[in-house]
Amino acid sequence: MSEDVLQMKPIWYFVGLILIIIGVIVLLAGLYYLFEPINFHIELSGLHTSIWWGVVLIIGGCLLSFLNRKPRDL
Amino acid sequence: MHTISMTVFDWAILMVYLGFVVWVGFFLKKFTKTDDDYFLAGRRNSAFVAGIAFMSANMGALEVVGYAGQGAEYGLFAMHFYLIGAIPAILFLGIFMMPFYYSGRIKSTPGYLKERYDEKTRVLNAVSFSIMTVLSSGISLYALALVLKTFLGWNWDLSIWLSAGFVALYITLSGLLSAIFTEVIQFFLIWGGILLLPILGIVDLGGPTKAFENLPHVYTSLWSITSSASDNPMKLGWPALIFGLGFGISFGYWTTDFLIIQRAFSAKDVRSARMAPIISSYFKILLGFVVVGSGMVGLALMRNPHSGFELLHTGGKINYDSVIPLLMMRYFPPGLIGVGVTALVAMFMAGQAGNMSAFNTVWTYDIYHAVINKKTSQAHLIWVGRVATVAGILLSIIGAYWAKSMPTIIDYLQAIASWILAPAVAVILLGMLIKWISPDGAFWGMLIGTLVSFAMFMALQLGWITPGAIAPGGEASAMAANFWRALWAWLISSGIAVGVSFFTEKRPEAELVGLVRGLSKKMESSDVPLHKKPIFWASITLIIFVVLNIVLW
Repeated sequence: MSEDVLQMKPIWYFVGLILIIIGVIVLLAGLYYLFEPINFHIELSGLHTSIWWGVVLIIGGCLLSFLNRKPRDL
Repeated sequence: MHTISMTVFDWAILMVYLGFVVWVGFFLKKFTKTDDDYFLAGRRNSAFVAGIAFMSANMGALEVVGYAGQGAEYGLFAMHFYLIGAIPAILFLGIFMMPFYYSGRIKSTPGYLKERYDEKTRVLNAVSFSIMTVLSSGISLYALALVLKTFLGWNWDLSIWLSAGFVALYITLSGLLSAIFTEVIQFFLIWGGILLLPILGIVDLGGPTKAFENLPHVYTSLWSITSSASDNPMKLGWPALIFGLGFGISFGYWTTDFLIIQRAFSAKDVRSARMAPIISSYFKILLGFVVVGSGMVGLALMRNPHSGFELLHTGGKINYDSVIPLLMMRYFPPGLIGVGVTALVAMFMAGQAGNMSAFNTVWTYDIYHAVINKKTSQAHLIWVGRVATVAGILLSIIGAYWAKSMPTIIDYLQAIASWILAPAVAVILLGMLIKWISPDGAFWGMLIGTLVSFAMFMALQLGWITPGAIAPGGEASAMAANFWRALWAWLISSGIAVGVSFFTEKRPEAELVGLVRGLSKKMESSDVPLHKKPIFWASITLIIFVVLNIVLW
């Protein structure tokens, strides 16, 4: 096993990062369409799923990234 | 039908994902120095990483989209594929089989056959597995293009070449290391994309207590409708479910298919390798509720004339597999559509990457290194693996176009797997249990079992026999016949392996240490705390499994 590998951040850190990025995009989409109505019908649109699901993804991503920020074994 | 509209937000999510998997390939290349790094991800993964990759390799779109379709057609009954059709075999792999598989000298399931029996048994299994893997990959690619064209209106050829190109890039660069890395990412994206479907569906249907209350009993029961095959819409009696699905099909897939098992092989030690399938068993049960639950939401909506929900019709028949994309169109606003579409693409890519990383390993170790070039360097083996990946992807693309010209091939996928996996599990299990099973016994058992299974399949296809002819009781659906055929292949392979072993030369016991029960060396420390023991977590899964079967009876 090489030293490089020992120094790598865990996979969970990267999972967290991608969840944060996607969560932010989903949240932004939700906020944008609060003010700009969608031109096609979506069931349960009043729930504003994009907004709260975006927040869930961001919180999950932050937790994963923060808890796994230190480099260690794969 | 109108297609799914993608906004700039949705495209951004898809691009983030695709950019990330390409980056992973380049980033991990510097960590891919030895053949173990390339083919077994360096064998340094934790139980959780290996377990999630194990599950992710099983979360291909054919499984998720297909089983949601089964949920829409058959209701809760489809949960059998996630319970009796998975859990006993997964636990058996983790508790009993993995200590025999996991060894420094074994790098694949055909590799176990070489150590336990001989070269010819290994090569027979490796060749048949390679053909099955490339074919599955091609069919999966075809299914991806079909979904993307139907629901997104994307160009067929572009979908096939682009998705194959992305997988080829990151697997060629970093092998199983990047496959597992991306599978873990894909696992979270898939959950992020499909977990909302049953939740929103149940809310739409009036909440958990009202959602399925109007469905007839046959759609909300697991076992109470199995006393006779005619009692349930899938036409499966309890013997077909327990013996056919629970043993014949399930054990072949979960304990022998290297596509899945390779992920556990990447674990850092034998305890982690054993824990990998056990950890995945929890996600398998949960996935069942999400996937089958989504299908049942579709079923309940279809039966409600006021919902306005209707599945696609293909060739005059209801296309149940359209339920997940159609539910996404119904409930997902912009942004979430991107997550849903990315989840679908991730499912296909996870399945294809799984096939390719398993194929390049078996080709390199069990065919090239075993037969063509026995004396070679690590660097050369990695090079061969990379060439095999590109060749495998190109063969998959040919397979995808073949499937396009003959769509019914998808129906044969499970059949092809049962020709190969059921006989393999028979000789592998006998090899682990009985030390006097000989190499010739294993070889002829596996070969004849495969041929008999194929012959039964052809006889059914050509109408020479009816499904009832191979099912005890004489009544069976095509699906039940598939289950029974796998069980017959298993029994025939076992019988021939035992019979031939009486008259042929056995391997000396000294060569079988660590490969057969009773001749095993101790590989795990006994002073591990209870919460780290595989048997502890397997017992909890088993309790959940039993309780769910009773509650959903």
